[in-house]
Amino acid sequence: MSILVENLTKKYGTQRAVDNISFEVKTGEIVGFLGPNGAGKTTTMKIITCFLAPSDGDVKVNGLSIHEHQDEIKKKIGYLPESNPLYEDMPVLEYLEYAAELHGVPKSKIPNQIMKMVRVTGLDAEKHKIIGELSKGYKQRVGLAQAMIHDPEILILDEPTTGLDPNQIVEIRKLIRELGREKTVILSTHILSEVEATSDRILIINNGKIVADGTAANLRKQAQGQEMLKVQISDAENSDVIFNGLKSIETIAMIDPVPDVENTFIINSKDDSSSKRNIFNLCVQNNWLLTELTPLETKLEDIFRELTTN
Amino acid sequence: MKEIWTITKRELKSFFDSLSAYIIITVFLGFTGFFTWLYGSDIFFIGQATLQPFFSIAYWTLFFFIPAITMKMIAEEKKSGTLELLLTKPVSDFQVVAGKFGAALLLVIIAFALSLPYYFTIWAIGPIDHGAVWLGYFGMILMSMTLISIGIFASSITNNQIIAFLLSLFIGVFFLIIFNVLASNFTGTLGMFFSYLSLSTHYESISRGVIDSKDVIYFLSITSLCLFLAKSILSKRNIVE
Repeated sequence: MSILVENLTKKYGTQRAVDNISFEVKTGEIVGFLGPNGAGKTTTMKIITCFLAPSDGDVKVNGLSIHEHQDEIKKKIGYLPESNPLYEDMPVLEYLEYAAELHGVPKSKIPNQIMKMVRVTGLDAEKHKIIGELSKGYKQRVGLAQAMIHDPEILILDEPTTGLDPNQIVEIRKLIRELGREKTVILSTHILSEVEATSDRILIINNGKIVADGTAANLRKQAQGQEMLKVQISDAENSDVIFNGLKSIETIAMIDPVPDVENTFIINSKDDSSSKRNIFNLCVQNNWLLTELTPLETKLEDIFRELTTN
Repeated sequence: MKEIWTITKRELKSFFDSLSAYIIITVFLGFTGFFTWLYGSDIFFIGQATLQPFFSIAYWTLFFFIPAITMKMIAEEKKSGTLELLLTKPVSDFQVVAGKFGAALLLVIIAFALSLPYYFTIWAIGPIDHGAVWLGYFGMILMSMTLISIGIFASSITNNQIIAFLLSLFIGVFFLIIFNVLASNFTGTLGMFFSYLSLSTHYESISRGVIDSKDVIYFLSITSLCLFLAKSILSKRNIVE
């Protein structure tokens, strides 16, 4: 079940919450929407789920346009809205039954489907309680359970782990990972480690525009461009000797001594070249001891900050 | 149709799961019972076996009691965000409105059914005009449909239940009192016009036992207009400027 977003725009008055974005999500892919608050993640999701009509552009779910086939699309999508709204006065099981009936699950399959969801989301001990009595984490599970009750091919989860404790977060992420094997999943978050842990692909949205699109590794590579190494060398007379030695290596573009740590440097190689071997050889020639040689990765946080602050 | 029934069932159940249904039914029966049997122009004062006092009291009771049922129907879902959840399920905006309308109507009909003992007791006291009684109930149902649709419309334009309640009372006042007053103040076409708009004209003629298609059309057209407006307000989110 693929999702194709074409030139989607949503205006609220003069403000463009979503500004001409296009992307495609393929069957079985888990895509993470990343972006600061108010970037347009939720609006995009609301449009895909047929809750809001776009000002311009189109979304095609499995080739069906949201302008014409709303009912068919809604049947295929399981949606967990941002604040996880629930009928607080209903018991868990009754609520799941209601959600299943609304989704048109055949009556004979409803009990089975409910038990399956209760098991998958770990609600077994709480299933007879009234939703309002549940803790936030369990409410979130109820929200997930109702989103998946009709076994949808597409799951759209808006900040699925907000308000959960670290253990629950790990569990929910694991759950999303498992589900993502068979389903197409779009989830939004502003927690960076979360997209890395759950998603195959990351879309960074800022001011209603897509500013980056790719796997976490890809994004790193793009942002980085050149190799970055942290080097520590001992057994030399002083750090100036090492500095000069490093300077003589051709492939090194920039040497940056780390303040407060002796004989330690951050080295940027020239584009498309690696200096690891040359540094090692330099140490061997001078009989120095190479105590550290660590490749540095740009953190996702840095990429995010760079892309979303102007 | 199945979706409408699913929504109706849930709404009705939520009335009975909370105290609201019981309170509303008790108040309705208590209030109408008090004025039918014990106080004012009750049946002993009139000295006739008729449900007329019951119907004229029910007219005012429903005016207060129906906004109390409908005020939370859409306003609360808007406020808590469950409306978004509901509308992203495969149901249309109209089905949501119709489902809620159905639940309120069923609750009112249950309250009416529980008032049937009044009818049987009066029947036991003396000869009663059965046709007038059933028509009276029919008129009450028509009037309830009108008030419910007004209430749902009021509930759809705000996310505050109190505002929804007051607004539906305010709209109700026009149909129950103000048009009637205006009708008696004007003569000629204008007077006729206000008299036609006034709900009491139509309700009274039905509860007296006279049924006219004109009255039925009046109630049904206000009902469908208000439900259509409520549905349009839900669909407003989809308007692209």
